[in-house]
Amino acid sequence: MADIQTYSHDAGWKHTVLRGLLYLVLILFAAYYLFPLIVMISTSLKSLDEIREGSLISLPRVVTFDAWNYAWNEACVGVECTGIKIYFWNSVKMAVPAVLISTFLGAINGYALTKWRFKGANIVFALLLFGCFIPFQVVLLPMSQVLGKLGLASSTAGLVMVHVVYGLCFTTLFFRNYYVSIPDELVKAATIDGAGFFTIFWRIILPISTPIIVVSVIWQFTQIWNDFLFGASFASGANAPMTVALNNIVNTTTGVKQYNVDMAAALLTGLPTLLVYVLAGKYFVRGLTAGSVKG
Amino acid sequence: MGASQSTESNLTAGIQRHLSKIVVAPSFAASLFFVYGFILWTGYMAFSKSRMLPVWDWAGLRQYERLWQMERWHVAIENLLIFGGLFIVTCLVIGCLLAVLLDQRIRAEGALRTIFLYPMALSFIVTGTVWKWLLNPGLGLESMMHDLGWTSFEFDWLVNSDMAIYTVVIAAVWQASGFVMAMFLAALRGVDQDIIRAAYMDGASLPRIYFGIIIPSIRPVFLSAIVVLAHLAVKSFDLVIALTGGGPGYSSDLPATFMYTMAFQRNQLGVGAASAMMMLATVMAIIVPYLYSELRGGKKNG
Repeated sequence: MADIQTYSHDAGWKHTVLRGLLYLVLILFAAYYLFPLIVMISTSLKSLDEIREGSLISLPRVVTFDAWNYAWNEACVGVECTGIKIYFWNSVKMAVPAVLISTFLGAINGYALTKWRFKGANIVFALLLFGCFIPFQVVLLPMSQVLGKLGLASSTAGLVMVHVVYGLCFTTLFFRNYYVSIPDELVKAATIDGAGFFTIFWRIILPISTPIIVVSVIWQFTQIWNDFLFGASFASGANAPMTVALNNIVNTTTGVKQYNVDMAAALLTGLPTLLVYVLAGKYFVRGLTAGSVKG
Repeated sequence: MGASQSTESNLTAGIQRHLSKIVVAPSFAASLFFVYGFILWTGYMAFSKSRMLPVWDWAGLRQYERLWQMERWHVAIENLLIFGGLFIVTCLVIGCLLAVLLDQRIRAEGALRTIFLYPMALSFIVTGTVWKWLLNPGLGLESMMHDLGWTSFEFDWLVNSDMAIYTVVIAAVWQASGFVMAMFLAALRGVDQDIIRAAYMDGASLPRIYFGIIIPSIRPVFLSAIVVLAHLAVKSFDLVIALTGGGPGYSSDLPATFMYTMAFQRNQLGVGAASAMMMLATVMAIIVPYLYSELRGGKKNG
């Protein structure tokens, strides 16, 4: 930290002006980031007539939740006009098991790779880690064939499998880096007392893992909920996740363009991850930076 | 008695050692199959005659030749260079600026940080949807400017095939610049205070402290940020689909959308596989040297 207050050679009015300028720039940037969200909310609360007459920034004269209701219950995704609600539940049914399974596997992998090191553990970890960096386009074609052969094409179960497989490298990375800093003596002492691999995991390691579990769950939930590529490639139709449904609603070319419904559907899609971010922002940032900044 | 007890505990210890391998085995096997196996599979497909259906007949470099003869692929590559370059540079500038500004003992720093970073929590599809509405020539920013009295204001980038790729840059910067800010801010907080104080005592001005001491000392974070952003750029798919759909025509296609179109809509599996391999090669060219230097550096420090 090197701030103007502490490290400025000139005092008085010049300093005050600089401070004012600083806040002005920051507030302008805050407005820039908030602008799309505000427009989204305000548009979703307007009627279609008001959208056509009014301006982007004008707030709704009459607040109506019709667009939200329509988006949730009636909007057409392809030929099905069931609203976005069934796709919301598709996403929930996909995200919850995928997040839990991948986090659990990451935890036990991280534990095994750090506290019960076997020969080649580092190589195994490096090979696992590689999966974090591949562009997923390179696995799309084989995956769609394999899912077809397994009878999982266009199913939620298939998507859960895909997200677990490609989420593993991230969750293993999180837990491994966390467990590396936990002293080995903790495990050694328990081994002398006769505790085994799983007993130590359940009784000693998991209870001290809460922060990294939160990081992993948040990271995986955000990734999986926001995924579009796998959803669009492997689960078209009635099993599509919410992002795919949103894109369908927005890009439907038939009928009158209902901007308010688009915005309501977009907000509904963004709400779960936004909520997670607002409630647990600290852990969200930790997950984001885990792979990119050391220490 | 004592001897048998020790063999017994050796045995359990042995099983325990194996347990560790057994536990990691399923994940490792999954990774071997779904990552490495699939890469080989796609790699082979790119050398096959596959079109509508996957076939195993060898075609040599035919699919790569076809790929590089396609005008659309060249557009996608060119767009990736424009998009990637502008996206990375703009995010770095905004991210670095915001981090430095926030590092001035700002009141409500937490709230501002939350505001700068929240777009990162959204799906690119949501971001694409809202920016599509904002940049919509009829009712979006253009008409807002008209209402504000600037009647000659024109902004048709979204439907202009020369400019559509720049709208993707605008939306992507909005989404990811806060993340770069968070990375830089974390690094700024880690800079040694004593050096800064010493420079200040020597009469160095604040800009000199920043440009002469602080920014050079956080150089590794620049590298990390560039790698993360480049990686994001190559993988960009959802945002283009939601914002421009690759259009008008295919003017805002990126390699990721090109691959998807070829593989799932145009029945060109071989060309799709070849383009996926090109993407993999690009990402590897960025990531492998970076990981190598990171891991080596890690060993040196540890």
